[in-house]
Amino acid sequence: MTQGSAPAAAETRRKVHMQLLVNGEAQEVAFLPHKTLLEVLREDMQLTGTKHGCELGECGTCTVLMDGEPMLSCLVLGIECDGVEIETVEGMATGAGPHPLQTWFADLGAAQCGYCTPGFLMTAKSILERDPNPSREDLVEELSGNLCRCTGYLKIYEAIEAAAKDMREGSQ
Amino acid sequence: MTAPKDESNGAPTPEREGLEQQLQEGLRLIGKSPRKVDGMAKCTGETMFADDLSLPRMLICKIHRSHVAHARIKSIDTSAAEAMPGVVAVLTGESMPNSFGILPVSQDEHALCIDKVRFVGDPVAAVAAVDEDVAFEAMNAIRVEYEPLDPVFSPAKAIDNDVEPIHDYGDDGNVHKRVSMQFGDVDQALADADEVAEDVFYYEGNTHLPMEQHATLAVREADGRLTVWSSTQTPHYLHRAMSKVLEMPPSRVRIVACPNGGGFGGKSDPFNHEIVVAKLAMLTGRPVKVTLTREEVFYCHRGRHAVLMRARTGFKKDGSITGMHFESLLDGGAYGSYGVASTYYTGALQTVTYQVPTYRFDGVRSFTNKPPGGPKRGHGTPQPRFAVEVQLDKMAERLGLDPAEMRLKTLQPPYSNTANWLAIGSMGLGPCIEKVVEGSGWKDKHRKLPRGKGIGIACSSYICGAGLPIYWNAMPHSGVTVQLDRGGGVAAFCGATDIGQGSDTVLATCVAEILGVDLEDVRIVVADTAITPVDLGSYSSRVTLMMGNAAIQAAERAREVVAKAVSKHMGIPAVRLRFADNRIFDVQDPEQGITFAEGVALGEARFGTIAAAGSYSPPRTPGKYRGAGVGPSPAYSYSAAVVEVDVDEETGEIEVEKIWIGHDIGQSINEMLVIGQVEGGVYMGLGEALMEEMAYRPNRFGVHKIPSMLEYKSPTTKEMPPVVTYLVEDPDPNGPFGAKEVGQGPLLPVMPAIANAVYDAVGVRVDEVPLSPEKVLKAIESKDKRYGPKRFPDLRITETMRVKTEAEGGDGTAPRPPRKPKSEKKEVASS
Amino acid sequence: MMRLPPFRYHAPDTAGEVAHVLANEGPEAMIVAGGTDLYPNMKRRHQMPSTLVSLRRVTDLAGIEWGSDGGVRIGAGQTLRALERDPGVEGALPALWTAVHQISTPVLRNMGTIGGNICLDTRCNYYNQNYEWRRAINFCMKCEGDVCWVAPSSPRCWAVNSSDTVPVLIALGARVTLVSDRGVRELPIAELFVDDGIEYLAKQKDEVLTSIEIPAQGEARSVYRKVRRRGAFDFPVAAVAVRLAFDGDRVESADIVLNAVGSTPVVCTDAAERLVGEVVTEDLAAEVAQVAWKPAKPLDNTDLTHMWRKKMVRVNVKRALLELAPGT
Repeated sequence: MTQGSAPAAAETRRKVHMQLLVNGEAQEVAFLPHKTLLEVLREDMQLTGTKHGCELGECGTCTVLMDGEPMLSCLVLGIECDGVEIETVEGMATGAGPHPLQTWFADLGAAQCGYCTPGFLMTAKSILERDPNPSREDLVEELSGNLCRCTGYLKIYEAIEAAAKDMREGSQ
Repeated sequence: MTAPKDESNGAPTPEREGLEQQLQEGLRLIGKSPRKVDGMAKCTGETMFADDLSLPRMLICKIHRSHVAHARIKSIDTSAAEAMPGVVAVLTGESMPNSFGILPVSQDEHALCIDKVRFVGDPVAAVAAVDEDVAFEAMNAIRVEYEPLDPVFSPAKAIDNDVEPIHDYGDDGNVHKRVSMQFGDVDQALADADEVAEDVFYYEGNTHLPMEQHATLAVREADGRLTVWSSTQTPHYLHRAMSKVLEMPPSRVRIVACPNGGGFGGKSDPFNHEIVVAKLAMLTGRPVKVTLTREEVFYCHRGRHAVLMRARTGFKKDGSITGMHFESLLDGGAYGSYGVASTYYTGALQTVTYQVPTYRFDGVRSFTNKPPGGPKRGHGTPQPRFAVEVQLDKMAERLGLDPAEMRLKTLQPPYSNTANWLAIGSMGLGPCIEKVVEGSGWKDKHRKLPRGKGIGIACSSYICGAGLPIYWNAMPHSGVTVQLDRGGGVAAFCGATDIGQGSDTVLATCVAEILGVDLEDVRIVVADTAITPVDLGSYSSRVTLMMGNAAIQAAERAREVVAKAVSKHMGIPAVRLRFADNRIFDVQDPEQGITFAEGVALGEARFGTIAAAGSYSPPRTPGKYRGAGVGPSPAYSYSAAVVEVDVDEETGEIEVEKIWIGHDIGQSINEMLVIGQVEGGVYMGLGEALMEEMAYRPNRFGVHKIPSMLEYKSPTTKEMPPVVTYLVEDPDPNGPFGAKEVGQGPLLPVMPAIANAVYDAVGVRVDEVPLSPEKVLKAIESKDKRYGPKRFPDLRITETMRVKTEAEGGDGTAPRPPRKPKSEKKEVASS
Repeated sequence: MMRLPPFRYHAPDTAGEVAHVLANEGPEAMIVAGGTDLYPNMKRRHQMPSTLVSLRRVTDLAGIEWGSDGGVRIGAGQTLRALERDPGVEGALPALWTAVHQISTPVLRNMGTIGGNICLDTRCNYYNQNYEWRRAINFCMKCEGDVCWVAPSSPRCWAVNSSDTVPVLIALGARVTLVSDRGVRELPIAELFVDDGIEYLAKQKDEVLTSIEIPAQGEARSVYRKVRRRGAFDFPVAAVAVRLAFDGDRVESADIVLNAVGSTPVVCTDAAERLVGEVVTEDLAAEVAQVAWKPAKPLDNTDLTHMWRKKMVRVNVKRALLELAPGT
């Protein structure tokens, strides 16, 4: 199955040591250089809040924020994240206080099985950071890269709209 | 409405009386919409799904799968894999000779194939290695030599006796199961009809596609016992299969079902990979985890069977049905799974929505060299429901009747027995139809919209739990234990598994309601075969009804203990005590009372530690004939949907613009979760109707054509229309607080309503699911304005069981089958 | 979990350095920009480059520079999202904007680049499968096998060019710049593509695509129509880009380009010529669509049936023309 000359095992089994900036904390991590950010987060940093559904960019489940933009952590290398601010679902709350999106997702049943939820929350957070008052059409467009098999998306829209309202009113 | 028959668990008990009292006093939590008990944990990343677990020294397992569709295994060479640095163990099927399967009648799977492989993706060998990179290389280094056998991919061909058999059991050749039963005289009924409709329909197979890929972690504990965490909907059945294959006493095997990242029926079978990692853990003494790739999830399948159907139905001019003869041919795939039950289900529920006084069902499930079909949301009933509802729509037009009116006039009455001896309880389909008709503006739209725009209606019903267990036994289907802490905390234990449907919340809500505490005061412990009482699993829409009733009983019994002590303490009779808002007080003088915690302390002081168990067994079913195990349920939910579509006549593309759905829930336990299930069911139905299909390439080695998230099309936000949900609450005496199911039923009317709306829009019939644009366009371009199957094969029915209906003076029995009455015990019963 | 095979990794700072690394590493090195095409392919073991040369740090591949004449130079490393959010692109190049906007999903567009979309590996549902799946068909010509399973008697591979931006860029007359250690060359983008599922690009392995130049469009109007199952995620299964320049009511010049109906984009010269000097009417649009339809040769290797896809070419050429016609 090998195509081309694969690098020698000794070379590729050597971990890289890097500082990753995750959820506002700089952390020293050692990982194999061919690992994706998804694998580094879940396996080398125990941040299992970020899920995966295909690992090929076909479902949106593994979405995290990189410098505020949603990205598919299954298609980014860990070593490509030098100097990037990474945000995962574990970093959404402020202290013990949940982010309004978390509150409303929980309150309105936007999370059923909850597996796609971290990805949706990440995308939703970036949407609200760009536009505090998105229309339903904007949500349909911006969330079109996150698949959910449970909810039919409707409660997700409602939760984001409720959180947006809260956040607008809170910031006035 | 007639009075409910008392088919419930025997005579009224003191607990039951307590419940009546509670109902009269008003419910605090039931029917409201508090946050799910696991809601916030799912929004913080805290919820641990199976693949989120890892343990020190954990090995990763990869499974080598067959790359041929049908062959004998000649040899397996694992030497190269074993020699790889980092590989700790390599496993083949010989080490696990015991077969397993979900149904006692179809124990036809092996954890790893031993003699034969039966589809591309069948598991053959497994490796455990220090990490997934090494495991992947080792898996690919395994070499298997095969002796090819002729594969068969088409059910019509499979049931031909001349093809190579896939299994050495079944009814004949590749017929896994053949059934034929008749209730009343259908031939006469069709002869007496004013019009007889005969249609052939095809429903393509599709799969669950849960976002979470199946994962399992197994550990051999220091004392030699086994613990397995898995994404399974049925820890109890996995427990049995695991024990059987590993030849370990069930008492030393512990299965913990993790919260499932979506199930929809796809995690209801015991799976080979679960047993494989357990075996590897036992062999290596190290924790072993497997997480399937998305492609492997497609090979697990157990999803919607592809079914070819023929319906012959007699109608009177007023739209009433005189009789129906329904035939189905199921593409079962390579293994039995739930297939015998699935077969019966394609014939069971045709009778529960509209009056069908005489009814005949012939069904055959074939084996083919594809991943096995099984139970997907609606198990075996969406296919026939599609056929029935589209046929009704055609007949309404032929008879010049409004399809909504026609349905309303022929409804099966509440609290009645159907021709095939299903006992109907509460029946709220009428109000469901009325609400969607009114809400959608049906009367101003049907046959009145401009060309290209259309509106369609369809209805459905689903069981609230199978009336009989999967393996024959007289024990409860669900058990709950409740334990009270002197600090006022409540612990509730149940084997049920939350797959996203909210069963954890239902458990906590029922217990909290009875004990008058808040949801936050209840801690639940679920889905652990070593710790929690058995609940049969999250399938057949059984959990709310069965676990709910068991939870009520357990909580009532615990409350009774506390009430006795408090009654003595306060000097008033126990019947005057109300448990609410964390207090126990005198209903006649609410100021007089104590806190719940004080009450528990009084009870504990007087009677010792307070723990109580509750359990639930469904009522006996009136049907006593062979095959009567599939279809009976303590209650039936009902749904009606109206769909509005826009069809592009040049491309055949359908845009679903809006859906109105009414659902008879009996009583919501948590209204928000009920609506969530309705919307989710509608979504999944939309996918089935428009785009989802298990497609194969029979001429290319029988590979699955599209085993990926990209090419197996699941609707995105862009395809999901607005949904208006109407809940009809017609409480069923068998439901907890009157509740019925919602997890599966609302999916069912969506596909036929869309097909009927497409007809209204552009005047073509697509008698096939999914209604892909190619098919719609072909129908538009065709002479007969139809796309769909034209012929139905001979099922070679030689004997039809005849059961007298109630109207004929029957008693639910059939003449005894002439041979082996003992095999009745192995009869599959449920789903 | 699907995982990447091991590789050596380089992340140079300039396009020149990229070219230099490619020259040194030889043909087994591959360029990666957004990673949205290559990484899935690597996970499925389609490509196992010994060396990855990342464009992530290359600053001179970014940027959207508008010329005074209304032409624009787009850095190949520009993300699709940046293009989508550029008001100039949306206003002056609506067909390009539509094409970019319809690529996969918003989150993927945050990562994928315009250069990556132009160089997108051809696709086929016998090819875009896991290693284990492909072993079940004894692999295919495009990767490790001998046969093209779509057309087993054919000596060539029929994988499909599935880029959304390519047909538009051809219709708009774009030019691309390729840089290698051997020098710089510039060519019309249409010349970048070769009618073969395997060797689908005229770009050499040591060349890096650095920029795309789109000439000023003046009063010309353009449109992109994409056929696919869902409103997100899906690649086109048929795509039509049309550019019409008018002299009053009459068509002065026309470009019709199809994609996703073969291994290479199809420039419909005959159909376009039929339009010149004419007023676009419903009848003419139908007639031209009938001509444009002929060279489309979709095969059964994408979603939806190839017969239907071919019909959709006709429908969408007609609709595109009518959309662009003045007063319609």
